[in-house]
Amino acid sequence: MGDKEEVKLLGVWYSPYAIRPKIALRLKSVDYDYVEEDLFGSKSELLLKSNPVHKKVPVLLHNVKPIIESLNIVEYIDETWNSSGPSILPSDPHDRAIARFWSAFVDNKWFPALRAAAITKSEDAKAKGIEEVEGGLLRLDEAFVAISKGRSFFCGDVIGFMDICLGSFLVLLKAREKLKGEKLLDESKIPSLCKWADEFLSDDIVKNVVPEIDRVAKFLGELEAIAQSASRS
Amino acid sequence: MAEKEEVKLLGIWASPFNRRIEMALKLKGIPYDYVEEKLLDKSPLLLELNPIHKKVPVLVHNGKTILESLVILEYIDEAWPHNPILSQDPYERSKARFFAKLIDEQIFDAGFVSMARADEKEALVEKTRELIMHLEKELVGKDFFGGKSVGFLDFVAGSMIPFCLERGWEGMGLEVITEEKFPEFKRWVKNMEKIEIVKECIPPREKHIEHMNFMVQRVRSA
Repeated sequence: MGDKEEVKLLGVWYSPYAIRPKIALRLKSVDYDYVEEDLFGSKSELLLKSNPVHKKVPVLLHNVKPIIESLNIVEYIDETWNSSGPSILPSDPHDRAIARFWSAFVDNKWFPALRAAAITKSEDAKAKGIEEVEGGLLRLDEAFVAISKGRSFFCGDVIGFMDICLGSFLVLLKAREKLKGEKLLDESKIPSLCKWADEFLSDDIVKNVVPEIDRVAKFLGELEAIAQSASRS
Repeated sequence: MAEKEEVKLLGIWASPFNRRIEMALKLKGIPYDYVEEKLLDKSPLLLELNPIHKKVPVLVHNGKTILESLVILEYIDEAWPHNPILSQDPYERSKARFFAKLIDEQIFDAGFVSMARADEKEALVEKTRELIMHLEKELVGKDFFGGKSVGFLDFVAGSMIPFCLERGWEGMGLEVITEEKFPEFKRWVKNMEKIEIVKECIPPREKHIEHMNFMVQRVRSA
């Protein structure tokens, strides 16, 4: 390929979803330009043009073509740069189906439960929500043991799709622990998943891509303060 | 392949998530055993195979279980690569996946779940139209979402919108997709209705309208 590839990623530093394509691009050693969006200020023209339906990040622009939704972007990266770096999705169709099933579980059931518990003002709803989140982590711990078969990551010794999907939330979980004392990554309850979490966050690629826990904790605190003062006014 | 393939599909006759799987299996000429589940009385087999969500469709292929309709469609395309339902081009694939999610999440919510609950439905009808307009634009200059022949997105959109949500709208006395505003979409539905394998997977109309009315009440009382 003689042409210069133009790869641009639109994201925000605090979004778990934006972390996913960053990891995937680095796994494939793809050079990219990163554009930090300001979602609290005004969204860039490029973002609005590239994702007119949802106006959300992350958005990957590959030679001007927009690819939207974080897991779609990861699959796109895996398929496009398929001869470079490790395979992000496993090669066997059934293993791929299992990875996609669990990633759908994380994005459609588990994280929405955490988000709802974080936002709700009702103590009852919060407690129930956290219970659901903990239940989800137990299932994920079981799934990890079954799928990894003793290896460091979900599908092998290298980071893959499921790791990227769930791992992108780890800094957020640790930030909440710092801010709220909420210990969701409890070694006594989910030992295998906690070990996996440490492996994931120590990985060379991941280390350089995830935001700092303290910075996220401070940011969450600020968001909370804004939400509380908004509800009082 | 010398081995005998064993393919079983658990489903519910009225479920769009199910019907799209049948379209894909038929397109690829894959023989399968179909097990009809009851919505309000799930079988032990279903609960065993899908303990987390307890939902259909469930595909079992030579003893391996695959769950979630969009995951199953991709699995079918990968396990039986002939007559592909997704494009080989990564960009087209990402668009198809994006629109599939739009249909199953936002359009399903605005066009059924929220619409069923709302007493005043006008705003949701408008929202549903706005969302379907994105599909309308995709169809310009094409016979099907897949281009010249049916594929992944045709099965997802077809099973959900004209052959499911429309029945619900009929039951609610609403006309959401008009010829005037959605000429491409209407043209696509006519194209779909001519395809044999699609026709075989359209639930019986009157029975389906009745079922959707029942589902609307169920959502309202939940």
